Amino acid sequence: MTGAPTAIYLDHQATTPVDPRVLDAMLPWFSETFGNAHSTQHAWGQQAADATEAARERVAALIGAQAREIVFTSGATESNNLAIKGAVRFALRYGRGRHIVTVATEHKCVLEACAALAEEGARVSVVGVGPDGLVDVPALADAIDDDTVLVSVMAVNNEIGVVQPLAEIGALCRARGVLFHTDAAQAAGKIALDVEAMQVDLLSISGHKLYAPKGVGALYVRRRPRARLLAEISGGGQERGLRSGTLAVPLVVALGEACAIAHAETDREGARLLVLRTDLLERLRAAQPDLFLNGHGELRVPGNLNVGFPGIDAEALMADMPEVAVSTGSACTSALVEPSYVLRALGLDDERAGASIRIGLGRFTTREEIATAAEMISAAVNAQRAGGSARAAE
Amino acid sequence: MDTYLDHNATTPVRPEAAVAVADALARAGNPSSTHRFGRLTRRAVDDARETVADLVGAVPAGVVFTSGGTEANNWALRAFPGHVLVSAVEHDSVRGARTDAGRIPVDAEGVVVLDALADMLSEDVRLVSVMLANNETGVIQPIADIASIVHEHGALLHCDAVQAAGKIPLSMPELGADMLTLSAHKLGGPLGVGALVLRPGLDPEPLLRGGGQERRRRAGTENVPGIAGFGAAARIAAEHLPEAAQWAHLRDAIETQVRALCPDVRVHGADAARLPNTSCIGLPDLTGEFQVMSLDLAGVAVSAGSACSSGKIAPSHVLAAMGCDEDTARNAIRVSLGWTTTRDDVARFVEAWGRMASGQGRAQGERRSVA
Repeated sequence: MTGAPTAIYLDHQATTPVDPRVLDAMLPWFSETFGNAHSTQHAWGQQAADATEAARERVAALIGAQAREIVFTSGATESNNLAIKGAVRFALRYGRGRHIVTVATEHKCVLEACAALAEEGARVSVVGVGPDGLVDVPALADAIDDDTVLVSVMAVNNEIGVVQPLAEIGALCRARGVLFHTDAAQAAGKIALDVEAMQVDLLSISGHKLYAPKGVGALYVRRRPRARLLAEISGGGQERGLRSGTLAVPLVVALGEACAIAHAETDREGARLLVLRTDLLERLRAAQPDLFLNGHGELRVPGNLNVGFPGIDAEALMADMPEVAVSTGSACTSALVEPSYVLRALGLDDERAGASIRIGLGRFTTREEIATAAEMISAAVNAQRAGGSARAAE
Repeated sequence: MDTYLDHNATTPVRPEAAVAVADALARAGNPSSTHRFGRLTRRAVDDARETVADLVGAVPAGVVFTSGGTEANNWALRAFPGHVLVSAVEHDSVRGARTDAGRIPVDAEGVVVLDALADMLSEDVRLVSVMLANNETGVIQPIADIASIVHEHGALLHCDAVQAAGKIPLSMPELGADMLTLSAHKLGGPLGVGALVLRPGLDPEPLLRGGGQERRRRAGTENVPGIAGFGAAARIAAEHLPEAAQWAHLRDAIETQVRALCPDVRVHGADAARLPNTSCIGLPDLTGEFQVMSLDLAGVAVSAGSACSSGKIAPSHVLAAMGCDEDTARNAIRVSLGWTTTRDDVARFVEAWGRMASGQGRAQGERRSVA
């Protein structure tokens, strides 16, 4: 098997293909104009520096921030690590508190960053979610105390796509005088984000979840009132000292282009995906009436569906339909056989969690693909229920 | 056609690497996903891991991909609690990662003083970091000797090989380093990717936490196009090492000619073993900043010190560590050659440099020959 697979790609929460427009914007920066953006004393470097600053403006515009509040990173994992460890280590060093509040359904890198801080003397409170996946805001408010430095709540969940009430949490955090970080890797370009309206202090973005390449991301760091961080990667002092390392100019340019496209197209694309997702859910339900939906029915991004089929082994289901790429749980933990901790947090038992798949629609998903995928998924469910997998029957 | 002689800051992507990047960009897929899209991208990452390992004589399992040399250096330096020693000429990403580190002195040529290192290796020293080749002077450190001393004292050795890899042959087992830092964009790969290469059995605490990527040693979705480009560049760089050795002839031609034009130039580290591509040329009475700008106006790109610190006007900490006074440390430029450099580039540099030097009323006797 060589070349690109011909299967239907419905795993856009794991990663998105690079938009051809993004590719066109970035490719010249690999060869024709290759300067180091920090070598601003010569023309090559100045050209690269100008391009990165233009990209910074475009990333900022997507979330209603100022360009100088954007720090480029290698991706959302690094952004989340920098935001959480950076803010809490700063507080620990200067005796300004040591408590973090986060949510049970956060991405692994948020939970792991908190775990690392716990080893350094921080205290971590993990708030639960309701059966619909939405954070329990009163419980969150109760968890904040005088020692709290930071609240970290993701904007959109990577498995079930539910949208958390950011503005409500932002207002709560501002009133209580604690920093609010949101992991917006799954939200940027899919829902409208405004760091002012939502009173967000720190916001993480991932390139490869919004049709830019892997290996680039950004962290928004509020300047007024200022969110203070300790850098995790030190050296040449790039990115205002918050993130040293030579800027990857082509990747940064690509992220800027991807943000500009998303900014212009979020509403239209969201409406299109909602039609497709509704169609997919209706087709699956018609064929499999006992299907259950994980996560809130409406407060979720239009490209996400997470459904279960009672009695089905989702891992075997995936193996039985190699022409449709979906996932169980998040990609980062796909190799693990244990059921999704996100679905468990919603109250699903192991059996129902293990019977669920995540279907991620994206910018290049077509109506025809949805119709075909619905048939294939349903056929695979039927085959498994008929005893033995579809593949074994061949 | 302009002349780019700042390859130590970043070097143009090799065409083969650009193709590998473009191919990977054309494919969707997260290497952690178990479906076919995921498996294909996983294979691209594993192939690159092998070629990068081959470039430095390491085992593929020891190669951990990062976002670049700076991250790899920060990881290596922060992973081990306990006292750390670093050479006085290390890159800022090593110096900045552990500001509490002891500084191992270098001699006037920029080479680590081995006796001083041995004296500084007290029992509480856990890690020593010495670069293989310096970014400003190209001076190569006797890493194998340093490794013996460090290991005799029970400490670990980290070696920043960012500037050396792809320019000189190198073998991690022969160097004896426990950890080795690499950067793709210094050897013809793309920006935004690098590696920390670990000797078998070494398991440092991760810097970035999250998903279980890179065998739980470095979280974050792998930069697949970048890694694929890194792999291709590592393969091409390994094949072209004999050609890289020839850069020394062009470099020597530059040094001979500027010395002839202006006898009081000083080439820093010239008497030490050096990379074939780097020349650190001091010209009395003209700051490096001024020289860089005046050469830029003539269409020639070089740098003053390292690219990261340009903008800052501080004198080079590398030259200061070599015993230069502040003026001397300010008055040097770095000329660095690479795979695109031609004899014409050398001629254009020498011509522009000569005009600059003579235009300031210097090298009077040479003025006619330059005009």
